[in-house]
Amino acid sequence: MSLALSTFASAKEASVALNEGGARYLGGGTLVVRAVNEGDIAITGYVRTTDPALTKIDVSGQRARIGASATMASIARCPELETISRAAKSVGGPAIRNMATVGGNLFAPAPYGDFAVALLALGATVHCADADLSIDDFLADRDNSSGRGIVTAVSFDIPAADSFRFLKVSRVKPKGVSVLSIATVIDTDAQGVVANARIGLGCMADRPIRARAAEAALKGQPLTKDRIAQAVAVIGEGTDPITDPIASGWYRGEVLPVHFSRLLLS
Amino acid sequence: MARIPVQFRLNGDDRAEFIESGTTLFHALRDTMGDMSPKGGCHQGSCGACSVIIDGELRLSCLTLAETCEGAEIETIAGLGQDRVLHPVQRAILDGFATQCGFCTPGMVMAAKALLDRTPNPSREDVVEAISGNICRCTGYEPIIAAVLAAARSNSQNAG
Repeated sequence: MSLALSTFASAKEASVALNEGGARYLGGGTLVVRAVNEGDIAITGYVRTTDPALTKIDVSGQRARIGASATMASIARCPELETISRAAKSVGGPAIRNMATVGGNLFAPAPYGDFAVALLALGATVHCADADLSIDDFLADRDNSSGRGIVTAVSFDIPAADSFRFLKVSRVKPKGVSVLSIATVIDTDAQGVVANARIGLGCMADRPIRARAAEAALKGQPLTKDRIAQAVAVIGEGTDPITDPIASGWYRGEVLPVHFSRLLLS
Repeated sequence: MARIPVQFRLNGDDRAEFIESGTTLFHALRDTMGDMSPKGGCHQGSCGACSVIIDGELRLSCLTLAETCEGAEIETIAGLGQDRVLHPVQRAILDGFATQCGFCTPGMVMAAKALLDRTPNPSREDVVEAISGNICRCTGYEPIIAAVLAAARSNSQNAG
């Protein structure tokens, strides 16, 4: 059975339409149409907007603003976003990347949503039709759109090339579903000592989460094998890794420190 | 449910049909327009069997709503080849025994065509990446990779 698609000219109109029962916003279709195909009867219709602003990518100085309907492929192709392109390229195969949107990735349940892990590390701002939120606040309550409306864009400061790290671990090469993903933005001073660190983890909960204990442990330390030991030891603190056909929660928790250590030393 | 009009170009032909709102492109092609070439594998975006090219980009017809393709240029494997002459990718897959059960082949060919349209001389890594969203449970992928590279060589020889 197919569900009716309602198309609106603006994000605000689409937001109002979403308040009516079980309608879901249609971005690239890789989450919502998939759910309908799978038989999710909670979804009663599709809503979308054709506002062209939602597909734009604007880079001004070191600040990037990516429309919610921009695809992973368009981000990966954008030369100004080369620093973070590996996170966009890690999402699915070519067809999925041509469809999957930034806005959709913010709602992707684990083990999906690898780009959102990067956005979390980047400290992005999530722009919605009626409010702007930090990505931490947005992710904490992402299923509740009341008061904020649909997501229209994300923005963030583009990090220096050597301060952004991203790793997606999967069993199937070259592309597979995540065992886990890690994104870090680590600023160091002239002596190589960590001044600030933001760490995002994927598959360590039902949605991307920060590794705050490891962030604190890294501060003031150089990125050497001995001095990152404390951060590696606490990287799993506060996590609740998911169990699915890709890996058990136990396995994910066991390999997280290994991959985190390698990422820091890479 | 009310039926709505959709118009797009399918393999070079203008098509206009009435469909139910919310119908996937996959079902519109197969059930309404008579193009049976996209195959329905998982309907979850995982297998790539339903891959088509929309406005030059590889996409999954099972996750694309037909009405979002209004005015688009859609290519399926049914439109490849002219005057009973196979497309170079089809020819190379046939010559290289790169198909067994054949279920993944339409999606594989469209993924390969999308690659060669943008990257006429791909590396092996480019090919592996290009078909990374398409699952084949028969061939082990190697014959398919070799066929796509052979098609690229064939194209460049013909162009030269």
